[in-house]
Amino acid sequence: MSEPQPSTSAGPAAAGLVLPAYRRDDGRAHPPLDFPDYRSTRLRAPGRPLVLLSHGLTEVTGPLLGEGRVGETDHDLTVHHPGQPQGERIVVTGRVVDGDGRPVAGTLVEIWQANAAGRYRHDGDRHPAPLDPNFTGLGRCLSDAAGRYRFVTVKPGAYPWKNHHNAWRPAHIHFSLFGRAFTQRLVTQMYFPGDPLFAYDPIFNSVPDHARQRMVARFDLDTTVPELALGYRWDIVLRGRDATPLDQEDDQ
Amino acid sequence: MTAPPARSPAPPGLTPSQTVGPFFAIGLPWPDGPLVVPAGTPGAIRISGRVLDGAGEPVPDALVETWQADPDGRFAHPDDPRGAGETGFRGFGRCPTDPQGRWAVLTVKPGPLPAPGGGIQAPHVDVSVFARGLLDRLVTRIYFPDEPEANAADPVLARLGPERRASLVATAGEGGTLRFDICLQGDHETVFFAL
Repeated sequence: MSEPQPSTSAGPAAAGLVLPAYRRDDGRAHPPLDFPDYRSTRLRAPGRPLVLLSHGLTEVTGPLLGEGRVGETDHDLTVHHPGQPQGERIVVTGRVVDGDGRPVAGTLVEIWQANAAGRYRHDGDRHPAPLDPNFTGLGRCLSDAAGRYRFVTVKPGAYPWKNHHNAWRPAHIHFSLFGRAFTQRLVTQMYFPGDPLFAYDPIFNSVPDHARQRMVARFDLDTTVPELALGYRWDIVLRGRDATPLDQEDDQ
Repeated sequence: MTAPPARSPAPPGLTPSQTVGPFFAIGLPWPDGPLVVPAGTPGAIRISGRVLDGAGEPVPDALVETWQADPDGRFAHPDDPRGAGETGFRGFGRCPTDPQGRWAVLTVKPGPLPAPGGGIQAPHVDVSVFARGLLDRLVTRIYFPDEPEANAADPVLARLGPERRASLVATAGEGGTLRFDICLQGDHETVFFAL
């Protein structure tokens, strides 16, 4: 068995600078930048290979954006207007954890979505489905000490887009997360189980096959609220980090 | 029914990235997003630029985020092993591009930092770029044009050829402002990093 090697970001040459070492995605979870089936990548994906950046202080730290960013009802997208929004009410809950299953506590989670008819409240959305005067589609919350988050909203509709003939996006909610380090920043989309549009959506299918289901929530009767809202559960996994080599120092 | 054989629990797989799409403006821009420091802060610098695509056209639906140390090279973060820095320094900026592809943040120049492998990293700002058509964020860095010696000694810049290195150094504009264009693709492509 080989000796444990100190990670490159915390070796003796660092002169006492012991940093957490975030493991890299080995290319198996995230989609490639260059994915021609998704037409907008063609002029936007970089042409040159990415340059490997070793993790320094700027990368292992990150914005810890706190309570001042989140209002009391920001997690409930159904109460931001005088009336109730149209559509199927849902509760989306889950945990934010790292790649080792440790909870990521106190992290800002931001979501945005189309309304139940598949229309975004955005000038750029030309889909001729109705806007809902009682739905904006923006939510925020902070994960709790166990990494849990919770949103109340309506199920977004599928909608057409111009990527190819008869292109439709499966219903989804956009999620933005910070984690506790610049390395953990993640923007992604949550999908709903059994959507017949998965097979036709290049954005969903840009992710390697084995990792696609990680983006799909599951129906959950335990969090379903009787007479009110269906429950969906979706856990979000940010990058994990190796144990800091403090234990190894004892051996030296 | 027989249970499948017990296996050691596999670590959970990373949640894949997906594009921010064209409609993030519903939720992500904040009124104070571009203000890393409050307006009127002594020594504040405006860093602005454009995001351009492979045809040289402005990208009007990108989101640029910045993260950096304070002027003493400290972070208000528990994982800075030198101790948390000056309280109240947010260090974070967020600005959507306008129809001409322009973005800007108001900040102060960060201090230099000890590098993980030894040596000193020149003052820099980490940048994330999100947009429709980007299935994952792009990561780059802004370095400062008035730090030629520190930039020459910076271990990250040192690994790049001179031409590519130049894409990471902001250029001085009028009145002490800085300009930093982000070219997603093409002859002047900005250096982007794998984290």
